[in-house]
Amino acid sequence: MEVMLTAGLSLATLPVAILLGGLLSGIDRRLTARLQSRQGPPLSQPFFDVLKLLAKERVVTNPWQAFAPVTALGSAALALVLFAAQGDLLVILFVHLVGGVFLVLGALASGSPYSQIAGQRELWQMFCCETLLFLIAGGLYLSTGSFRVSGATGLPAPLLFRLPLLFAAFVFALTVKMRKSPFDLAGCQHAHQELVRGVYTEYVGPHLGLLEIAHWLEVVLYLAVGSLFWATGWGMVLLPLAAFLAVIVLDNIAARLTWRWMLGRGWGVAFVLAAVNLFWLKG
Amino acid sequence: MGFVARLIGKARRSSPWLLHFDCGSCNGCDIEILACLTPVYDLERFGVVNVGNPKHADILLVTGTVNQRNRQVLAVLFEQMAKPGVVVAIGACALSGGVFREAPNVLGGVDRVIPVDVYVPGCPARPEAIIDGVLLALEKFREKE
Repeated sequence: MEVMLTAGLSLATLPVAILLGGLLSGIDRRLTARLQSRQGPPLSQPFFDVLKLLAKERVVTNPWQAFAPVTALGSAALALVLFAAQGDLLVILFVHLVGGVFLVLGALASGSPYSQIAGQRELWQMFCCETLLFLIAGGLYLSTGSFRVSGATGLPAPLLFRLPLLFAAFVFALTVKMRKSPFDLAGCQHAHQELVRGVYTEYVGPHLGLLEIAHWLEVVLYLAVGSLFWATGWGMVLLPLAAFLAVIVLDNIAARLTWRWMLGRGWGVAFVLAAVNLFWLKG
Repeated sequence: MGFVARLIGKARRSSPWLLHFDCGSCNGCDIEILACLTPVYDLERFGVVNVGNPKHADILLVTGTVNQRNRQVLAVLFEQMAKPGVVVAIGACALSGGVFREAPNVLGGVDRVIPVDVYVPGCPARPEAIIDGVLLALEKFREKE
């Protein structure tokens, strides 16, 4: 009975997460517009965008382009439900990884050079994000003795005090995952001249809409992982929100860097920070 | 009209993604189009996004005359747009060929090659007129099947 209740509640988080993800995307566009002295679109804009896309014509040049968005959405949704059920963080990360791989597969299945370049870059971005998230899972294990998300709740002191350097690495991973400057290398809205729309270039109409929802869910999942660093009281909302706002401000003040910079300096520094934090916990 | 149809109509009205194609314009109209996206006019408050991909575009903005060399490009761009979509011709040249209409290689306006939904006159067209044309195109976009 209790299992059924947990499963039901976890599934119920899915529509909430979709609403939250769309709203965060709306806040992002609005805030960005304000930072550029513009009025910006209404907060509901991302929902209208997705609705419009879902109602457009289906155009597919390769069957993978129809299969990949469904898989990407399914994997992001499943990862989020597992998180809500307070499951194993390692399992959640592996499930979430599947969606990213299929997004790249769909992009590489097309002959478009923009898709091809962005697909390769997206693989590097995934490498950057996922390695750091696995180290965060390691930090969770060393602090609580378990990879389970439930381990982080009910601690006497927030994990942030034990994992400050891992949190810095998390903010880097969040910037890469949200496709924000300086790491908007593989699929941002603002790189027409260089990439058109990156990995999303060859996805059209409803498929693009599904991928957009999948991306919202991924961002919500990352913010949920961020909330583990302060899993008590208001901190679990305020800390990820602060990280999210910091990423948007960074997006507006930074220029796009190369993938080599992201990998060498960005990921290199974040990885060293994360490793130092882990050794510090161990010793 | 059912609830879903009304909702889709509202979503389309609120989320037009533009593709801008310079079909051989002198750049005057293009500068005015880009001015619409700057802080002064801020078309994004209507949900407009300037995309670089015909596959994602809902509204095709075309400036300049159509000639023998670029008619094919224009036709391909229009064909690649996922339906439904609308076409807005901007400036005297896109409407009729403008001062170049007698030139031997010029076919004339955009509507010689693809169907045009909205015509925005002017040489160059003013940003206010372009915004007016885009909003008129949105009404047509909402009603398209």
